[in-house]
Amino acid sequence: MNATAEALFVAEPFQAAGDVVIDCNVNKIFYGDFLAVRDSTVPIEKKKITGFIGPSGCGKSTVLRSLNRMNDLISVFRFEGSVMYHGQDIYAKKVDPVVVRRYIGMVFQQPNPFSMSIFDNVAFGLRLNRYKGNIEERVEKALKRAALWKEVKDKLKNSGLSLSGGQQQRLCIARAIATEPDVLLMDEPCSALDPIATRQVEELMLELKENYTVALVTHNMQQATRVADTTAFFSVDISQGGRTGYLVEMGPTRQIFEAPREKLTKEYISGEFS
Amino acid sequence: MSEIDLTAHPKDSFLQPQLDYQALEPRALKSGFLTGLTWIAAVLAAIPLFSVIYMLLAQGGTRLFGADVVEVLTGLPPAGFEVGGGIGPAIVGTLVMVGIASAISVPLGILAAIYLGVLDATSKLATTARFLAKVLTGFPSILAGVFVYAVIVIHWGYSALAGGIALAVLMLPTVVLAAEEAMAQVPQKMKDAAYGMGCTQTEVIWKVVLPTGLPGILTGVMLAVAGAAGESAPLLFTALFSNYFISELAEPTASLSILIYNFSGMPFENQIELAWTASLVLVLIVLTFNILARLVGRPKV
Amino acid sequence: MSNLFRAADATSGISGPPSMAEYAADRIFRSIAIASAFIIILLVAYILWEIGQKAMPAVAEYGLGFITGTTWNVSKGEFSVLPEIWGTLYSSLLALLLGGVFGISIAIFLTQDFIHHRMATIFRTVVEMLAAIPSVVYGLWGIYVLIPLLKPLAGWLHDTLGWFPLFGTDLAGPGMAPAALVLAIMILPTVAAISVDAFRRIPYKVKEAAYGMGTTRWEAILKVMLPTASSGILAALVLGFGRALGETMALAMLIGNSNQISMSLFSPANTLASLLASNFPEAGQVEVQALMYAALVLLAITFLVNVAGLAIQQYTVRKFEGKK
Repeated sequence: MNATAEALFVAEPFQAAGDVVIDCNVNKIFYGDFLAVRDSTVPIEKKKITGFIGPSGCGKSTVLRSLNRMNDLISVFRFEGSVMYHGQDIYAKKVDPVVVRRYIGMVFQQPNPFSMSIFDNVAFGLRLNRYKGNIEERVEKALKRAALWKEVKDKLKNSGLSLSGGQQQRLCIARAIATEPDVLLMDEPCSALDPIATRQVEELMLELKENYTVALVTHNMQQATRVADTTAFFSVDISQGGRTGYLVEMGPTRQIFEAPREKLTKEYISGEFS
Repeated sequence: MSEIDLTAHPKDSFLQPQLDYQALEPRALKSGFLTGLTWIAAVLAAIPLFSVIYMLLAQGGTRLFGADVVEVLTGLPPAGFEVGGGIGPAIVGTLVMVGIASAISVPLGILAAIYLGVLDATSKLATTARFLAKVLTGFPSILAGVFVYAVIVIHWGYSALAGGIALAVLMLPTVVLAAEEAMAQVPQKMKDAAYGMGCTQTEVIWKVVLPTGLPGILTGVMLAVAGAAGESAPLLFTALFSNYFISELAEPTASLSILIYNFSGMPFENQIELAWTASLVLVLIVLTFNILARLVGRPKV
Repeated sequence: MSNLFRAADATSGISGPPSMAEYAADRIFRSIAIASAFIIILLVAYILWEIGQKAMPAVAEYGLGFITGTTWNVSKGEFSVLPEIWGTLYSSLLALLLGGVFGISIAIFLTQDFIHHRMATIFRTVVEMLAAIPSVVYGLWGIYVLIPLLKPLAGWLHDTLGWFPLFGTDLAGPGMAPAALVLAIMILPTVAAISVDAFRRIPYKVKEAAYGMGTTRWEAILKVMLPTASSGILAALVLGFGRALGETMALAMLIGNSNQISMSLFSPANTLASLLASNFPEAGQVEVQALMYAALVLLAITFLVNVAGLAIQQYTVRKFEGKK
């Protein structure tokens, strides 16, 4: 009866200091009738790493996947709000999601190389975009950047599936950056990796930031502190009877972890709930 | 769409990427073309089915749903220029032979599946038997007839029993593979629970695996029965044909499928119409078992 | 021992070892199951042995000439099956061409989100019903629907393009074209079902990766999904081909049972299976031996094709279960 009595909490908008590449304004995200995420404004800054943290079910992955319209693969998905990318709303009717995904690349939670050779995996995006230049050179460059070149340079013809989990994930990163997309979305890229592979991927992210804009979902708060410049903390609201995720607080990573404004953020980062 | 410029990075000049749909771009045209082809293929594939169903109802339905339905279902097949007549012996013959085939293949198949699926799934015997069962499903059905001809008919002549055995050869691998699949679906934790109570392997199978896997097993059995009912090649020279109702298992026996085959080439309207009627009855029998297979296999929630 | 465990004492609880009878039942039941599995192996061996043995006199008599000769003359006692082997392979290849293209298209149509899943269920039911209709009913349909339908088309093709070997003769009634068409309809469900399975086996993350790279649906299908499913689709084609080789009744009713070798789609022909179907019931002892030899040839061809198909299929399954 008191659902309307209190206004729903909405995070204070975060004022980004630099250029904003993607300005994401989630009003509501539905899966069918289920309200998955509400009221979250997340600006992604140019050549920075923006980390998304929060407990499971808080919608951080859902928001990330909305940034290149990956959620369109789910038929019941519905997005209300806007995602402004270089001044264009990628959810506008006339926008082709396929093109959006060519500019905004993605690395997934589970390594997902194609069942083809290592070389063909990395060259996939180049061929897809009918790249006319030297493909070998691009592949080598991408693999070097993904810190995989040394391990695979003598077996580029082998199947991508023959690599170990950590190598597969770096292969997927190489595949994603070979076309030099404008923005790279990473959805818990280290969750399937061992600590050594995780370190390698983290170092890679810091290097990527030189040239790319990165948005990173992580379940690991230490990872956020290690790599993210800006951090967005999401939580899940069960008070309305559903499980709706929303943005609690967004700010420079240091501020979020050392001087959080919201009580929820403080509790989360000090491990009082998970 | 303009090509993405891969060389100009960092993209300081990258201000207004073109994101819109480009309807007349080659890529979009190709997509539309291929999608259209796929739709056409799917619709074309459905045409024969509807044509067959239409013919069955139009040609076979008049007799089956007409006034002389009793004569059609119980009467003897007509000779030459005779009018009327029915397909009674063929219906009974088909049911009897499918019954014989089931009586042989179902128990044997389920027992073999128990070995393959539960007792020792990875042994040499199991892998070999499973592989041969799969080979047997791809076996030309007429070879089952040839086999039974060589083993039985040469010595004891044409009979319902020989026909039933030929059908059993065809049903067996279907039953084995479906039953094995169904039993493999029983979660290991359920079996573990029973073993944990101190059940013997036999008890686990009878009390947990078979009851839990039963819907799947029944589905497999029904599909095998449906397949056997529609078979004709293996009956051609094992059961042969007969114009009369079956009185003992050791004599030549009529079946719907052979009746259709025999009547299809005859120059008489009446026989051709009966061939369609028999086809309709046969398809109804086959579909009944197919539908039963679906109903029993539906997981209970 | 503490009191707590007193109840577990073997003498006071209700637990006890199975009785001798239960042990015996367990043993016997397991032996029966093992024997049943063994029967499958024995059955296949027995089929091979029996057909082989009954064919032996003919194999000894006609030797390899049986496969290379072109006459089947009962009164002269001359038997050979080259036209039947040709007809079997030709009709099956034509059917595979058509049924394969349609089967794979339908598999793509059903698995790659072209239609709502409820619509997909309807189409899947249609395909399954195509598979459920008995061969002999297709034969009847072929005689009274397909052949009359094909005749004018065949006549026109023969008249205008008669110089082309495929249209070298006119369709007088039964013939290769109606037989191959019906055969294509009959193997379509096999090809479609196994291909659907191959597409379904592709993990969702692969599709995600493809779309994440910015592929259109068709780029994802042609550049990622099809290559990934290729071995499964190959298995579907080989197993469909195997089915076509052994299919009997519809062919016996539609192909014309004529002992000749022709490229023409419209001339009558014969296949091994329909030779068996039409000659066995009235065959004398000598002809039966020759037919057994023909059965052996059919057995050998289908056995090889099926084993190849199954091997490819198993390789596919292993590929996706992670073993390389």
